[in-house]
Amino acid sequence: MLDMTEPQGEEAPAASSGTRLRGRRAAPATTGARRPRRRLSVVGIAGEVLITAGVLVLMFLGWQLWLQDIIVGNQLHQQATQQTKEWDKKATAPTGGSNVIPVSQAPGNAQTFAYLLVPRWNQPGQADYYRPIAQGVGTSDVLNKFKLGHYPTTQMPGEVGNFAIASHRSAYGGNLHLIHQLHVGDHIFVETQDGWYQYSFRNLEYVQPTGVGVLDPVPQTPGVQPTDRLITLTSCNPFYSTAERIVAYGMFDKFYPRDPSQPGGGAPAEVLKTVEGGHS
Amino acid sequence: MYAALWRVLPGPWWVRVLILLVLLALILTALVVWVFPWVQTFVAPQDVTVEKA
Repeated sequence: MLDMTEPQGEEAPAASSGTRLRGRRAAPATTGARRPRRRLSVVGIAGEVLITAGVLVLMFLGWQLWLQDIIVGNQLHQQATQQTKEWDKKATAPTGGSNVIPVSQAPGNAQTFAYLLVPRWNQPGQADYYRPIAQGVGTSDVLNKFKLGHYPTTQMPGEVGNFAIASHRSAYGGNLHLIHQLHVGDHIFVETQDGWYQYSFRNLEYVQPTGVGVLDPVPQTPGVQPTDRLITLTSCNPFYSTAERIVAYGMFDKFYPRDPSQPGGGAPAEVLKTVEGGHS
Repeated sequence: MYAALWRVLPGPWWVRVLILLVLLALILTALVVWVFPWVQTFVAPQDVTVEKA
């Protein structure tokens, strides 16, 4: 540094061009480390800002459509396994056997009262599918809080009629991301404090966003007295759009009462490992 | 911009790389925890229920 500045101070300003030349010629010979600095240019900065913005957008998309749902799925699985253990502690040995199908009272708005287990939606390398169901279908208090929402006008799990729930197809946990991959007969379990309600997937239906007929006690048949117990899942369709709704129906099979003396509180074998916190 | 950042950082090259990695980790965490969830409320599809028209 001193070599470069001293001559400039002593010599007249007119000689400055000479010093600069000398400095440039001398630089590689003396240190070899000093490279000529590039000036900050407006175009250069603009380019870097644009590239950074592009990378940020790509990172956001990767997070929203992929990473977020894995992170959220993991957290929800952990919360669910904690809740089921607490329910096990409170539970007493079942008295009625599996013929009695208990129906709980509807809880307060936004209160989580059940968990959904669908073995078909377990993904390798990710936490098993084990997601909370809360009362109500409010966007800010239920659906955007990574929960499935229970349409409050529909019946409760195990009740004769229709237990209808809604959730996001992608983002916010993407609780119904794989709804289109259900096979006929796939089991859908709804776990409550009382035990596990097993439903079997029956069919898909696609409706307009105004197609509230899917929520009828006998879907699409208003005014008819129900005799069956159904589950109805609704989400948006196609992916990343709200143009339509995809609807999945399941028929009730049987009830597994919660029994603290059994492994996993008496959970069905198909979801036993999931309930106990492992992978199936 | 990034060249200027590199010059501003103190120490030998490996210290600078270390500082940059820590900075990057902090920025990524802030993005995932606060920024992305906030941005999402503007761009993600919000309607998943069936409702009366």
